[in-house]
Amino acid sequence: MQSMIEDHMTKLYALWLREFKVFLREKSRLVASTFTPILWLFVIGSGLGAANPSTIPGVDYQLFIFPGIVAMSIIFSSVFFGSYIIWDRKFDFLKSVMVAPVSRATVFVGKTLGGMTTSLIQASILLAVGAAIGVPFTPISLLQAVAVILLMSFGLTSLGLALGSYMYSLEGFQMIVSFVVFPLFFLSGALFPLDDLPGWLGILTAADPATYGVDALRQAMLGAGSNSFALDMAVLFAYTAALGLFGILSFRRMKAV
Amino acid sequence: MIRIRDLVKAYGSLTAVDGLTLDIEENEIFGLLGANGAGKTTTIHMLATLLKPTSGSATVNGYDIVSQPAKVRSSIGIVFQAPSSDDILTGYENLHLHSMLYSVPRNTRRKRIDEVLELVGLADRKNDQVKTYSGGMRRRLEIARGLLHKPKVMFLDEPTLGLDPASREVMWKYVRRLVEEEKITVILTTHYMEEADMLCDRIAIIDKGKIVALDTPAGLKAGLGGDIIRIKTKDPTAVKSIESLDFVSRIEHSNGFLVLSVKDAKKALPILLQQVEAESAEFSSPTLNDVFIQITGRKIDKEKAEGGFMERYAKYD
Repeated sequence: MQSMIEDHMTKLYALWLREFKVFLREKSRLVASTFTPILWLFVIGSGLGAANPSTIPGVDYQLFIFPGIVAMSIIFSSVFFGSYIIWDRKFDFLKSVMVAPVSRATVFVGKTLGGMTTSLIQASILLAVGAAIGVPFTPISLLQAVAVILLMSFGLTSLGLALGSYMYSLEGFQMIVSFVVFPLFFLSGALFPLDDLPGWLGILTAADPATYGVDALRQAMLGAGSNSFALDMAVLFAYTAALGLFGILSFRRMKAV
Repeated sequence: MIRIRDLVKAYGSLTAVDGLTLDIEENEIFGLLGANGAGKTTTIHMLATLLKPTSGSATVNGYDIVSQPAKVRSSIGIVFQAPSSDDILTGYENLHLHSMLYSVPRNTRRKRIDEVLELVGLADRKNDQVKTYSGGMRRRLEIARGLLHKPKVMFLDEPTLGLDPASREVMWKYVRRLVEEEKITVILTTHYMEEADMLCDRIAIIDKGKIVALDTPAGLKAGLGGDIIRIKTKDPTAVKSIESLDFVSRIEHSNGFLVLSVKDAKKALPILLQQVEAESAEFSSPTLNDVFIQITGRKIDKEKAEGGFMERYAKYD
């Protein structure tokens, strides 16, 4: 039993390590995916902020969207990371892993942990930027933020991996970007408060798992939001568990060749 | 070592593998020879548990490929048609990753990785990223990877596809070494006649998903009736003295030559030349290519390599 668990952990570590090393060596990925959120933060944050949209009293627009921008970085990097599995398949790396004595669930979890790590690193860079523009971090709020980031990135990496497992061409990647990544981001309330939305939009935002991530981050960092932190976390956890399950099932039925 | 019974893989109306029955012995190099689309790769994929058979059964190292896939996987190593290592990682890192996936014990990992790198001649390049490797080196790295966990069986799917002739010969050398030093059974698919002839102890010729011939390379060639000797002579008694030789099975006249069928020309020719005063003599042995054409009625189209863009890429490498 002991050795079985150890064997499992070794395999998870191997899969995670591969993802981490690729991430470290493909610096362009890191630069590109960190640059975009920073651009949003400063250009949209200052540009729209000048129009003074009513958000939270006493919090300027740039600060208001900061939690949303962190969420944006998680959405993009996690879902993209998951769909890189299409590349793994293209270059047959996936086949070499699937012919090894490793269960599909282990392959899935190993890759997801890799995705969580890259999302966490990118989000940490943004948190440092946030501290610089005046987000009032406390040890507790930081801890809360990290918890949200980990939960959200696990769920969204699972989503990307699951969707990627059904796709056999790189064109599929573009579909994921248009129909998953952007809707997740735009409907999450990252850029606007959720309180006085028209009915149809309210329903869509309520269905978006990222909404609860954004709200939880806003609660943690700015002490304001639509739901309580606990409710956000509960919904986020349920979504993450469901997406993780979806991912494992998708990996089980994925064709090896 | 491998036991295949009535194995079938059908895709809709297309039957890629059609009732294959075959036994492969321990420590032999067994070749699956066939044109593209004959069902070689599909067979390998089923034996490696990557594809579920439509019907029939097979065991590898005593384990059933459908009900005991994990045990089968631990017993085999496989080199795919297209290189499948991660080219952002180094050769060593790729092997390290797979040694963990194959549960090679932690304290022997490093030693085993060095051993297999040495075996395929990549020890001095182990810390370079795989993207800097040539096509031949990539294939050798894959062989090393397949060997990490000391498998009983190694599958090589078109191991020299897209390699230049020099790299191909190097590859053959390493495959032979594999069998000698690691004592494993090798099953390779190829559509290169020469490769099957040079490397394999036994060959199954596969056509449209069925085995149409199964023997040693020598046996397959002998099936065509042995060698041909052509002699030019002015000796009027030649035919008579040749007829007295019992190893000559047939004599024909053709364009001023005497064409003789013999079992083994290398042994027959010296004796023949003592009996007959010849102006010239030549002999030819049937090649595996002759066997293949005889059996399937077709040539293998050498120009049409199968597979995706990685093969084409590897070819210009």
